[in-house]
Amino acid sequence: MAMSDEIRLRFEISGDDFTRAGEASSSVKKELKKLGIDPQAVRKVAIAMYEGEINMVIHANGGAIDVVIHPDCIDMILKDNGPGIENVALAMQEGYSTAPDNVRSLGFGAGMGLPNMKKYTDEMQIETERGVGTTVTMKVHI
Amino acid sequence: MTVYTLAREAGFTVEAGADAEDREVKGVYCCDLLSMVMGRAKADTAWITVISNVNSLAVASLADVACIVIAEGVPVDAETRAKAEQQEILILSSPLPVFETGLAIHRCIGAAE
Ligand SMILES: Nc1ncnc2c1ncn2[C@@H]1O[C@H](COP(=O)(O)OP(=O)(O)OP(=O)(O)O)[C@@H](O)[C@H]1O
Ligand SMILES: [Mg+2]
Repeated sequence: MAMSDEIRLRFEISGDDFTRAGEASSSVKKELKKLGIDPQAVRKVAIAMYEGEINMVIHANGGAIDVVIHPDCIDMILKDNGPGIENVALAMQEGYSTAPDNVRSLGFGAGMGLPNMKKYTDEMQIETERGVGTTVTMKVHI
Repeated sequence: MTVYTLAREAGFTVEAGADAEDREVKGVYCCDLLSMVMGRAKADTAWITVISNVNSLAVASLADVACIVIAEGVPVDAETRAKAEQQEILILSSPLPVFETGLAIHRCIGAAE
């Protein structure tokens, strides 16, 4: 890839469909593999994006994800119009979860999603406002 | 040891993933909480769980495990089975509890080395 080249992908995430959650992350994973990007970087992006995607479905009634593939890094911007996160520091703690019982029975609600996103990315920012929504920005170096 | 050899030696059945790659199994990971699996399971491990649904398939694929092993003989529903075929993810079924399933896999991989 030349420096000027970047690939942009956009995904609309529907808020009520658990069975389809993860499809956006899977298709990004496929695309990155096809581009021959280092498997370890691909795995990081796949895990971080999936956690963000599923959070949008469970906690924010869906949203949109932009992925930008640069020659030296991958940016992910996840934007939703959900309820926002009241206390980001608390939400970032392992084990903190407000997931309802119906999704806990599916295996969600360990309170590890946001910590995983932090762990598997090189940069991560959360902008959030109560009643307005949340934007999570993540970067993985290649 | 590959997934199919493991299934044969440990006495597990292959429930889905006929077209999936018969990958090398390099370890075992047990947990039912999906984001715990995402964060902690290493690539190429056999992931043992008692929860079988389409969300586990996404996790298996993105965390890049070698296969899912459903323990305790918990049935795999038709939707999960169909999606696993489509996404080429190997699902094994073990009649044993989680610990014994893990132990059996550990012994098989150990013996093969
Ligand atoms: N996009 C979002 N909008 C609103 N709240 C969110 C969002 N993402 C996370 N949260 C809040 O932060 C908490 C912690 O998120 P985290 O992903 O770590 O755990 P979880 O989703 O509850 O469980 P899991 O371990 O399955 O991911 C959530 O329970 C929720 O209260
Ligand atoms: Mg989460």
